[in-house]
Amino acid sequence: MINILSILNRRVDLPLAGGLFVVCVLGLVVLFSASGESTGILISQAIRIGIGIFVMISIAHLSPSTLLRIGPILYIAGVLLLIVVAIWGDGQGARRWIDLGYIRFQPSEIMKLAIPIVVAAIVSNRSLPPSARSLFVCVLVIIVPVILIYLQPDLGTAILVTLSGLMIIFLGGISWRIIRYFSFLLCCFAPIAWYFIRDYQKQRILTLIFPDRDPLGAGYHIIQSKIAIGSGGKFGKGWLNGTQSHLEFLPERATDFIFAVYCEEFGFIGVLVLLMAYALIVIRSIGILYDAQDTFCRLLGGAIIFTFVSYIFVNIGMVVGLLPVVGVPLPLISYGGTSMVTILGSFGILMSIQTHKKFYANV
Amino acid sequence: MELKNSNFERRVLLTRLNLVCAIFALVMVVLVGRLFYLQIKNNEHFSTKSLENRIKIEPLVPARGLIFGRNGKLLAGNTTSFSLVAIPEKIADMEASISSLGQKLGLDTIELKRSLVHFTGKSFEKHVLKSSLTEKEAAIFAANRFHFPGISLISNSSRYYPFGSEMAHVLGYVGRIQSKELKRIDAANYRGTRLIGKTGVEGSLESLLHGTSGYQRVEVNAEGRVIRTVERWPSIPGENVHLTIDSDLQHEAFKALNGKVGSVVAIDPNNGEVLVATSNPSFDPNLFVNGISQRQYNALIHSKDRRLFNRFLQGQYPPGSTIKPIIALGALEAGIKRHDVSVFCPGFFRLTEAGRPYRCWAEKGHGNVKMADSIVRSCDVYYYSLAQKFGIQGLHDSLTLFGLGEKTGVNLPGEKAGLVPSANWKKETLGKSWYKGETLISGIGQGFMLATPMQLAHAVSILASKGNVKKPHLFRESKHNLLAEVNPRQSNGTNVVLKNQNNWDLVREAMVQVVHGKSGTARSSKLANGIIFAGKTGTAQVSSVDHNLELQLDQIPVHLRDHSLFIGYAPAENPAIAIAVVIENGGSGSRVAAPIAKKVVDTFFVGQPDILTSRNK
Repeated sequence: MINILSILNRRVDLPLAGGLFVVCVLGLVVLFSASGESTGILISQAIRIGIGIFVMISIAHLSPSTLLRIGPILYIAGVLLLIVVAIWGDGQGARRWIDLGYIRFQPSEIMKLAIPIVVAAIVSNRSLPPSARSLFVCVLVIIVPVILIYLQPDLGTAILVTLSGLMIIFLGGISWRIIRYFSFLLCCFAPIAWYFIRDYQKQRILTLIFPDRDPLGAGYHIIQSKIAIGSGGKFGKGWLNGTQSHLEFLPERATDFIFAVYCEEFGFIGVLVLLMAYALIVIRSIGILYDAQDTFCRLLGGAIIFTFVSYIFVNIGMVVGLLPVVGVPLPLISYGGTSMVTILGSFGILMSIQTHKKFYANV
Repeated sequence: MELKNSNFERRVLLTRLNLVCAIFALVMVVLVGRLFYLQIKNNEHFSTKSLENRIKIEPLVPARGLIFGRNGKLLAGNTTSFSLVAIPEKIADMEASISSLGQKLGLDTIELKRSLVHFTGKSFEKHVLKSSLTEKEAAIFAANRFHFPGISLISNSSRYYPFGSEMAHVLGYVGRIQSKELKRIDAANYRGTRLIGKTGVEGSLESLLHGTSGYQRVEVNAEGRVIRTVERWPSIPGENVHLTIDSDLQHEAFKALNGKVGSVVAIDPNNGEVLVATSNPSFDPNLFVNGISQRQYNALIHSKDRRLFNRFLQGQYPPGSTIKPIIALGALEAGIKRHDVSVFCPGFFRLTEAGRPYRCWAEKGHGNVKMADSIVRSCDVYYYSLAQKFGIQGLHDSLTLFGLGEKTGVNLPGEKAGLVPSANWKKETLGKSWYKGETLISGIGQGFMLATPMQLAHAVSILASKGNVKKPHLFRESKHNLLAEVNPRQSNGTNVVLKNQNNWDLVREAMVQVVHGKSGTARSSKLANGIIFAGKTGTAQVSSVDHNLELQLDQIPVHLRDHSLFIGYAPAENPAIAIAVVIENGGSGSRVAAPIAKKVVDTFFVGQPDILTSRNK
């Protein structure tokens, strides 16, 4: 027993694990309330966390060089599964899922890990900053799965996966001239993009700007969410006593809008506690990055942290009414999906980077 | 060189990382600022909103369409049921409130308290103290409600069926919406709706009867009482529906059945309007409206007399001799049999010299029988011999023309199609080849052959109108398009056209003689007032069909006595009513089913003196 613990200890970064633990526990507490006190949902979320921890520890035991080798395999498998899903997948409205009887998972989750690994591998293969040729390869590697994910349609994940890849290129030291040029192009194309996005996506953006336009329809989510958060006040209405969620005014309260339930029941003070727990995770992760020993590790780690923080910011931004409603879950807290496993798995990569250092140096 | 390069890379990377961290910090500040703005600065505003929220939008449930009979009598109506609800959070002294409530309304305070003990919801949720208040109790509470802050009266629309079990199998019933039904309805339109049509007319006309939901936005005070309506989109009530069913005649049919298990179906042959459709024994549909208890439901489901079973629509019976007029007509048309050539009936028939005897119901035989006589006296041997010549395909084709073996298309869910067998059918379903003996018994409506009372009524109404096929239907004409859609009158079947019109008269005259002839099998069921009644009796053996268990399970009875059947129409010229009666295990058709038909038809003409005078001259 002690033996097992010591083996775990060698590969698991305790400060990081501690932070993750705190957030997961807070998540289960608020999920119990948000799900209408359903023990069934609580248990199934706990099982997901359990699987996630197992995956995290397993990945932590792989060395970064192993990850670098299996990255492309993961990537190709992920792309194939995305194609399979596009043809046979099932899901309500959107085709995102593969159903294996007991387990249903979204292949797009694999890409969240595979794209950063492959892009980091390409960029770190040559000396920095990346050449035009490797930039081109990177863009290609990113764009193929992103298009498949966008077609599902899952705009939120498509954008975040793209950003995690671009983040690596950015950290790799791409020149500011290219960045400026690219941003300029993006600004020019934004109005054109308006004609290409789907109606409900336009609706969400319009709703953000004019939430009172359609109080029973599209604006309903954001109005109810703001009421839930605002009425929470300093100390909240207390656990299990949120009227917005328990009287079912708040839609998607166990999944995308769970942060509003948290705000309503635990107030501003509770929010600060949660944000501090998130900050603990992020700060420790950045610490690991600064200490990392090679470019591949730093690039990969940077993308992981960036993705994690983006999810938090986009979800909270959406729930507090600063961003349009995109289906992005709050990491480690929202119910459902396979994202729990992916997120914990990605922290396994960070732990691997941290705990394989000495071994690496000796070689 | 390698080391230097790596140091350079590290520096580039970490500079960029610092920049990203700075952006993180900035976004974090923005988010915390936003949360501060919502939760601390605007807390009051949102708290008010949250309060308002609890009370905002109320759906306005449309009144369900009423269902009337052809005589204008209400068959399905709406009623209101009242319940007392409490919001515990808003009641200062629960104990005192409840005892004073008990005093004022004369309610059992112990029972009220007990309902609170079992209350497991949140303190801000509505909790039902007592449901189904009487109108008097509701009125007393309404007058005194200012004494009871936190307690309110809510009303639910409910359904009632004045004719109870008599109309149950036609109207069906409404019940609480089940989760599987939620998937096929428009949830927004059913937001406040509690009841949905489950079976019968209530089920098949659900979209029409329900109407369109409206809603209102109301301002409510701390006690949960509506202070004012801010906005209001009224609901559109469901359509009223007029059925072709005559509730008086339906009542008479139940009386005539006098507790016997079976059904009576009557149709106006001129237009296909179903006048009577009874299935006995029946059940009280009012039980289902406000939720039937498991015990009551089990009792209904497992009742030996199968009360929920719709016999006129789903009961499939061997038609027996009732199909003889149709077969005779088919044989005449096909030139298989001439009406004036007689067959000798010694009381039995053999396929071959040494074969088994197929018995006629008259043991001593009918002697020489011509076609008309074969109908009047229902000679089986005549039809054995006819069937042998005609073949099973000939029988099949003749019967199919009269709608047997296929659903009539009457607008009720769950109709059964009966069965007209053929050699092909047997090959396909049973994988066996057809035997000649099976053709013989098919000739007298036995063997595999099955028909529902609705089909028999439909078939006899085609006989009555000389081949003019009008699909049976339950809804009277309406201006409403939707009703026109569900009403199959537009799509009548193909009429039965004979090469020789005289054949109609021959068979129809024989059917008159069944009732009015000296040796007719239904001679004791003549109508009152001298109206000419045409008909045909049937006595279907049950025990001979048990080799076809699979298709018969539905009506294998406990006893294996014969089913008693009768089909008929009146007046014989220009018929106004066609009727089919099936009594399960009733015995002889002439003694049991025919007198029941006579009673119903007699009652029908009592209400129609103009038909008496004009048509019978």
